[in-house]
Amino acid sequence: MINTMECAVDAQSLISISLRKIHNSRTQRGGIKLHKNLLVSYVLRNARQVYMNEKYAEIYRMQQYEEVMTVCNEIQELNPLDLVEDCEEQTGDCCGSANESASLCGALLPVSHQVPSVHHIQPSSACSVPLALQSEEVCKSPDPSFYRSCCAEPYPVSNCDFSPVNNMHCNKTTVLDLDTHVVTTVENGYLHQDCCASLQQCYQGAQSPAKKRKLDFGYYVSEIEEVPDFTPCKRAKFEDSSYACTEPLDTSNISNLISIFGSGFTGLVSRQADLEQALNGQFCSKQALASLGAWTRAIVAF
Amino acid sequence: MSAGGGGNDVQWCFSQVKGAIDDDVAEADIISTVEFNHSGELLATGDKGGRVVIFQQETENKSQPQCRSEYNVYSTFQSHEPEFDYLKSLEIEEKINKIRWLPQKNAAQFLLSTNDKTIKLWKISERDKRPEGYNLKEEDGRYRDAATITTLRVPVFRPMDLMVEASPRRVFVNGHTYHINSISVNSDNETYLSADDLRINLWHLEITDRSFNVVDIKPANMEELTEVITAAEFHPHQCNTFVYSSSKGTIRLCDMRASALCDKHSKLFEEPEDPSNRSFFSEIISSISDVKFSHNGRYMMTRDYLSVKIWDLNMENRPVETYQVHEYLRSKLCSLYENDCIFDKFECCWNGNDSVVMTGSYNNFFRMLDRSQRRDVTLEASRESCKARQVLKPRRVCAGGKRKKDEISVDSLDFNKKILHTAWHPQENIIAVATTNNLYIFQEKVN
Repeated sequence: MINTMECAVDAQSLISISLRKIHNSRTQRGGIKLHKNLLVSYVLRNARQVYMNEKYAEIYRMQQYEEVMTVCNEIQELNPLDLVEDCEEQTGDCCGSANESASLCGALLPVSHQVPSVHHIQPSSACSVPLALQSEEVCKSPDPSFYRSCCAEPYPVSNCDFSPVNNMHCNKTTVLDLDTHVVTTVENGYLHQDCCASLQQCYQGAQSPAKKRKLDFGYYVSEIEEVPDFTPCKRAKFEDSSYACTEPLDTSNISNLISIFGSGFTGLVSRQADLEQALNGQFCSKQALASLGAWTRAIVAF
Repeated sequence: MSAGGGGNDVQWCFSQVKGAIDDDVAEADIISTVEFNHSGELLATGDKGGRVVIFQQETENKSQPQCRSEYNVYSTFQSHEPEFDYLKSLEIEEKINKIRWLPQKNAAQFLLSTNDKTIKLWKISERDKRPEGYNLKEEDGRYRDAATITTLRVPVFRPMDLMVEASPRRVFVNGHTYHINSISVNSDNETYLSADDLRINLWHLEITDRSFNVVDIKPANMEELTEVITAAEFHPHQCNTFVYSSSKGTIRLCDMRASALCDKHSKLFEEPEDPSNRSFFSEIISSISDVKFSHNGRYMMTRDYLSVKIWDLNMENRPVETYQVHEYLRSKLCSLYENDCIFDKFECCWNGNDSVVMTGSYNNFFRMLDRSQRRDVTLEASRESCKARQVLKPRRVCAGGKRKKDEISVDSLDFNKKILHTAWHPQENIIAVATTNNLYIFQEKVN
């Protein structure tokens, strides 16, 4: 029976539901249904796009408000003549300070000089305003364990460089060709392209998508919103993935595919904090958003 | 007997129901395919347990014309067994995905049945006499001692109780890497096609160890996969033409004379998406679950999740007719996605003269869509209306607002009771409707 209350059509719960379906399809009798998983991956993509759009719109709105308030406060305090000098000094150093003058600086500098560039969706002239805050976020040194969760790489991590200096976002996906039984490991390329492609209207400038993604999570992780109730099967999934990660990753086709799914959840394991939270669908789906391209490709790879 | 016309001035009444009565449905008994043969005398069903059951229409009792002939069990056999693919560590389900009859050439009947991987050609033959009076053998088959034989006699055939035997004459294996969704016998009666998610193969009925691949939509890089094949069928008269539908809502018509590999279509049938209807589930509900040519070969019908579309083979840019099957479900897509109902693959069928089409829905409802009169009716296959020759009452679903008497509200529909498979007798107004584990046979009311 269908619930008389319309079920939550929000993107996040759809992502959770879709991931659950993909996971369950692994154990279904008769093998994985290519058609069904393809359709589920479409829902995942649609939900992700909406989710990203919503989030960026929200960031923009919030930051715009905060910036406006900050600017207003600053204008009241500072002598207008001092502003220009401050900005010139701090041009190359917006990473350093997290203080208010940096944000003002960000507000006055032209867009191209900004370091990171998660740009908003609406191309309005106030676009430079929210960037300063974002630049602070990006310049924080990222937690290495955080990267591991983003990377859809088979466990264990081998030659991926997670250092922020390198700025590389290494992605590996293992694809099994059912016809030739060839297992191919694809590195780089499509994952970040996939992310870029869907959000290219949002991004300007030659900004590495690794940084953008880092930004997403740097920003979001600090703000876990209200949590949709996730079904108990999530716990089972966690246990399953722990088991899956210990399987040898040699030629066994299925274990490679399992590891693809497992690696996404491995990210939850590697995070020392909030292991409990890791079991909840909201957090998992946020993590999964980063590696969504790999997920959908992996699904389709059957 | 009428020629199978007129869906709405026809009144449908209950004829028979086959299958267990209890509500506890054994999974193996779930009906997965229904098909009349070319004369309509035989009706075959396949189930999830890999069994095929064939019903035969009794020859009509001329003295009682109002008592329409019934379908009784003719033959039952185990067509497919579960298998295990050791190389891929995958279990292969025994569920019968499709049955297709071959046109009858001699006394025996032939049908093709398929599961996810293997297609089998079955011969169904009758035996109603047996030889008796052998000289060298006893009746039970033991050999007689030659020394005891003093006379000779000619063995004769004596009548026996009718025995229907089904024997597998051909087994077509290893043709498909992905799951077979369709088989279709060519009008040349020599070849047939089988389609899986990514490929379509052409077989000769006599040759089991090889087939020709005629369509291959597998991309070089599987990460670029965007659509799969969902159904395929040969044209009823043109042996060089077939169509296949995709998960993206397109239908491609291919001509095997154009090239050996029909990756490039001759015609592409596609209707542009209505942007106002865009949702998270747009791709799912536009996926075509069934495609059927009309008997006259001029039209084809496609079924997607919410609608039935009739296409003229000469017009590619849009269907000539579109019928909403259960539009009231459009606002429930999210729930239907959660409970997996949105992935249900409904089939559709034409009546004998292509004037009416039929398809299934939920709550054991099925829909008759009259093309000539542009009217439609919703009927129900239920145990409540199982009295002999009881006329089926039209049903109505209330989408919202005030529910009228006799209407059922959308939220009361039972989504576990779905009619995915229906079949229409090729000549008469007799329909077979499969609920989860029961087969209902309805006939036109005769006054």
